[in-house]
Amino acid sequence: MEDKKSLRAPVSQKPHVVPKPEHPEYLGGSITVEINEKKLTVPFGTTILEACKQAQIHIPTLCHHEDLCVAGVCRVCVVEVEGMRTLQASCAFPITAPIKIKTTTNAVRKARKHIIDLLISEHYGECYSCFRNNNCELQSLAKEYGVDHYNFGHVTQPRYEVDNSSYSVVRDMDKCVLCKRCVRTCIDLQEVGVLEAIDRGHNTHIGTFFDKPLAEVICINCGQCINRCPTGALRANDPRDEIWAAIDDPTKHVVIQTAPSPRAAIGEEFGQGAGKSFTGELNTALRRIGFDKVFDTNFTADLTIIEEGTELILRLYKALVKKEIVALPQFTSCSPGWVKYLEHFYPEYIDNLSSAKSPQQMFGALIKTFYAQKAGIDPANIVSVALMPCSAKKFECNRPEMNSSGYKDVDYGLTTRELAQMIKEAGIFLPEMPQSHFDDPFGEASGAGLIFGATGGVMEAALRSVIEFVTGKRVEDVYANADITPVRGFEGIRYAEIPITEVGPVPKLLQHLVPDWNWLKGATLKIAVCHGTANAKKVMEDIKAGGKFSECHFIEFMACPGGCLGGGGQPIPTNEEIRKKRAEAIYNEDKSLPVRKSHENRHVTELYDMFLTDGPCGHISHKLLHTHYVKRGKFIA
Amino acid sequence: MQNHLEVKLGKKTDRKGPVIFSEYKRGEAIKKALSMSREDILFELKDSKLKGRGGAGFPTSTKWMLTAAAKAEKKFIICNADEGEPGTFKDRVLLMEYPELVFDGMVVGGYTIGAQLGIVYLRGEYEYLLKPLEDYLEEMRKDNLLGKNILGKEGFDFDIEIVLGSGAYVCGEETALIESLEGHRGEPRNRPPYPINTGFLGRPTSVNNIETLAAVSHIVVKGGKWFAKFGTDKSSGSKLFSVSGDCEKPGVYELPWGTKISELLEIVGAKNAKAVQIGGASGHCIPKSQFDRTLAYEDVPTGGSVMIFNENRDMLHVLKNFMEFFVDESCGQCTPCRIGNVKLLEGVEMIEKGQYTFAHINKLKELGRTMQLASKCGLGQSSPNPFISILENFKDEIFNRGNGGRNGR
Amino acid sequence: MLVVEKNALSEEIESYVEKYGNDRSALLMILHEIQKKHRHISEFAQQEVARLLNIHPVEVYSVISFFAFLNSNPKGRNLVRICQTISCDMKGKKQVVQAIERELGIKIGETTKDNKFTVEYANCLGLCDMGPAMAINDQVYVNLTPEKAVELLSKVK
Repeated sequence: MEDKKSLRAPVSQKPHVVPKPEHPEYLGGSITVEINEKKLTVPFGTTILEACKQAQIHIPTLCHHEDLCVAGVCRVCVVEVEGMRTLQASCAFPITAPIKIKTTTNAVRKARKHIIDLLISEHYGECYSCFRNNNCELQSLAKEYGVDHYNFGHVTQPRYEVDNSSYSVVRDMDKCVLCKRCVRTCIDLQEVGVLEAIDRGHNTHIGTFFDKPLAEVICINCGQCINRCPTGALRANDPRDEIWAAIDDPTKHVVIQTAPSPRAAIGEEFGQGAGKSFTGELNTALRRIGFDKVFDTNFTADLTIIEEGTELILRLYKALVKKEIVALPQFTSCSPGWVKYLEHFYPEYIDNLSSAKSPQQMFGALIKTFYAQKAGIDPANIVSVALMPCSAKKFECNRPEMNSSGYKDVDYGLTTRELAQMIKEAGIFLPEMPQSHFDDPFGEASGAGLIFGATGGVMEAALRSVIEFVTGKRVEDVYANADITPVRGFEGIRYAEIPITEVGPVPKLLQHLVPDWNWLKGATLKIAVCHGTANAKKVMEDIKAGGKFSECHFIEFMACPGGCLGGGGQPIPTNEEIRKKRAEAIYNEDKSLPVRKSHENRHVTELYDMFLTDGPCGHISHKLLHTHYVKRGKFIA
Repeated sequence: MQNHLEVKLGKKTDRKGPVIFSEYKRGEAIKKALSMSREDILFELKDSKLKGRGGAGFPTSTKWMLTAAAKAEKKFIICNADEGEPGTFKDRVLLMEYPELVFDGMVVGGYTIGAQLGIVYLRGEYEYLLKPLEDYLEEMRKDNLLGKNILGKEGFDFDIEIVLGSGAYVCGEETALIESLEGHRGEPRNRPPYPINTGFLGRPTSVNNIETLAAVSHIVVKGGKWFAKFGTDKSSGSKLFSVSGDCEKPGVYELPWGTKISELLEIVGAKNAKAVQIGGASGHCIPKSQFDRTLAYEDVPTGGSVMIFNENRDMLHVLKNFMEFFVDESCGQCTPCRIGNVKLLEGVEMIEKGQYTFAHINKLKELGRTMQLASKCGLGQSSPNPFISILENFKDEIFNRGNGGRNGR
Repeated sequence: MLVVEKNALSEEIESYVEKYGNDRSALLMILHEIQKKHRHISEFAQQEVARLLNIHPVEVYSVISFFAFLNSNPKGRNLVRICQTISCDMKGKKQVVQAIERELGIKIGETTKDNKFTVEYANCLGLCDMGPAMAINDQVYVNLTPEKAVELLSKVK
């Protein structure tokens, strides 16, 4: 999925590009090696680490991560290669000759132990006071290699100050082992370029430009670095204490909205394998913790589809019929990491961003207005929490413009990991919870809202509605089971064309905006989906150069690889396999739902009837559900 | 005594030596090489049995043959002028007094491997040489020793650029050097792949030491067999030794490989020597009892640094100086080198204060062996050498020092 | 920093990029030129270099922090580097350093109040046969004695 040929990551951390043989079965396409005296045939260019995995030999690793390019810096994975004077890092050694490998010799065992001892000697802090306790790769290595005392001493004083300037990411460099996964994530995987190794030798540390606090540099808060950190050096800014305090305060009405991705992943925090949703169990657990209401963010995801879809139709109408100059393609705006990325790197394109708020913020605005009115609660006493798979959502809810209710629309963004912690603190074992439903008035949501969690989901949800709006046909008649497969999958950038051969009547909801659909007849809707900001960069550069993406009408961008389900607030570890399983869980749940299109969500239509009375993209909706963006630029003041 | 170092390029002092310091006229090697085929040049090199003079001792003919054989549009030859090993200064002398040997060797190399560009990576400490060397290259261009169709050889275009390093010992490691040339931190790469097929900008690149290139110039003119006459069977030719420390005549000496350490000490006027550090900080400390060993790949290999310590020197102080150097100069990317050197230095300080146990010192020696095996590059692989060899060879002196503190129990 | 100064610096850096190219491999030489002229590479300069080479500012900062001779923060008008490696050490580096510290009233690593000198240690300057050695800016001085070293400093403007 990730393109490993980017020029950005330090070359020292690039794998040797050994062309993978197309036919490993042909002569020269594969090589027989000997691992611990057992023969094994592998394709030319396989790393020793991969080969050992195939031979079911466990090699410890620390700087290696499947999503990232090779580093070969921690040296924990060293093995002996016959004929070589020194030990070789198995993660970085491509097999190009019939070598003999030994993985457990005395020298190898001693070296690994020494390296772990050295890392621990510099690792400040104690395991029991660390949020990664029991889920820490350094801790596991220490256990694996039987570390029972500090062979080379142990630091007693911190060397660095904890940087908690950011709403999203907290950096504690005293726990850093300099594996540079975060550097590779930030520079190579995401191409944001916040973090790099600074200074050299023993003074080397991971830092920002001029070692400034994270809040002052161009961080998009995606939190991908957190997901890949092997230790507790990176974590999200944790609001648990404040939320507990609100729950304990009888004058506060504490509500929580839950996004789709956390449900598909939170089981992992309770020892359940990836790929199972715990929606119903989670609802019960949240109530037992003490949340007064549990709402479904998918409801506002449906609302987002109506608003954003309408906005798209309006833009197209203006461009095609009224011949006005409008910004196209329209970009989705639900990923706050992506939004900030665009504001920094392509500020000249902020008009292309849909002005529709993200589902989290739409919900926030509605809770403290519509819901407060309906339930007769003073919005000043409502504490609005959002369970998100995302660290950037913490930043988003703190954006100064996000107060259209007159209050801070969403008080706290809570990650999947943090909620799992709260559930544990409450003495609850999530998988054992009975299932329960969401609370009304936002209790029903469609499958379209649900699939927002996976890359391509927003696009699919939008298409399910737009196709029906425009053609008057059922989407099931166009795509089997309403599964719009061309936009699904994990390829970094996907492109699709949807020809509009026939048009139907304009639905009631949109009649005040467009008279008919004839102007779309015979047109081809061009769309694209992309995830991970490195891919976003490619698309944006293509648009700048006037390439094929500049002719698109609508593009879904997600900052995180895999979309929200791979977000920076999700359980650790992450890799492609885990992300795929989470996606399966989401799509399976979508299949099981009675309503799978946003515009068929009864509560959404009711909301337009009762509250947002001048319709999608109308005056009220503009006030509450739409926002504006900031041209931030790249300059670091 | 002169305090200001006078920099006048090409001005020779009366140096004498069998190979490098023998007669040579600027451009000679280029002229000769261009009349030969690439294969013939490689054969001469093979006959010469020349090994890389940076210290690792890889056969130059093999390196050039592999680079020549690599298929690519562009290739590079890089002259490693990042001489940073403590006690080494032969490259400074070569560049200052014999630039023709170095640059001619580069042109020959460019011709042989099929490179279009040569890059001299000049250490930042030698910045004062930058301008004079650039002027020298300009002269060569004027004389068509560089540029297009060199000396009328149709289709042979080659030029040389100088890039200035910035104070990083590790950049003497060839892949770190390439990294820094590419505008990255000077952190060594994983090997394989080797620069011969994936070097500067991902192209085949031959990185050669200055002295190697100087030797090539002589070999091309005088023949590989002539070169191989000097030295020993496995160490052909001569070697430049940078001699410093406790002796009457420090400086650069050219001696054939196979010279005994005691002979060298005699020549430079070192009386009362109790130890010689061969190969710089990352080399080995040879005690007096082993002065009859020979300087050659088969016995004591070296990049040429010879530091002499007389009987009054405190070897623990010497060791501490070396370990401080490595702590400073480790690039910091791999664990054994980044943290290991600090631990070894701490060990030295413990001994200094008399607050150590032999159990701990032995543990550190074990750690040193791991560093030699598991570090990513030559720096970490060799930085424990002085720790191990000095503590071993001078244990009586070091562990029985009258330091007022407690000695090891 | 005034806008005029900023514009001048941008133009200057653009001229270096013109000279060495806009590929990342030009980075080291561009940084050298800036450092030589301004004695440090400022925040603004680093961001300009990053912009022109199309890399991230933190990458420029990272490279600068890696190399001992490049610095992000201003130093004194004259930079004195004294070789601390063993050969110079044995020939009396300590006495030279003490004399310089006494004369300038600062310790190694510090800058004089009038901003005239910054004194630092350097690792092996490659002048081991003529130690103790030191560099004042890009000139090197060898065979130093404490007296000579102090005298040389007094001649510096």
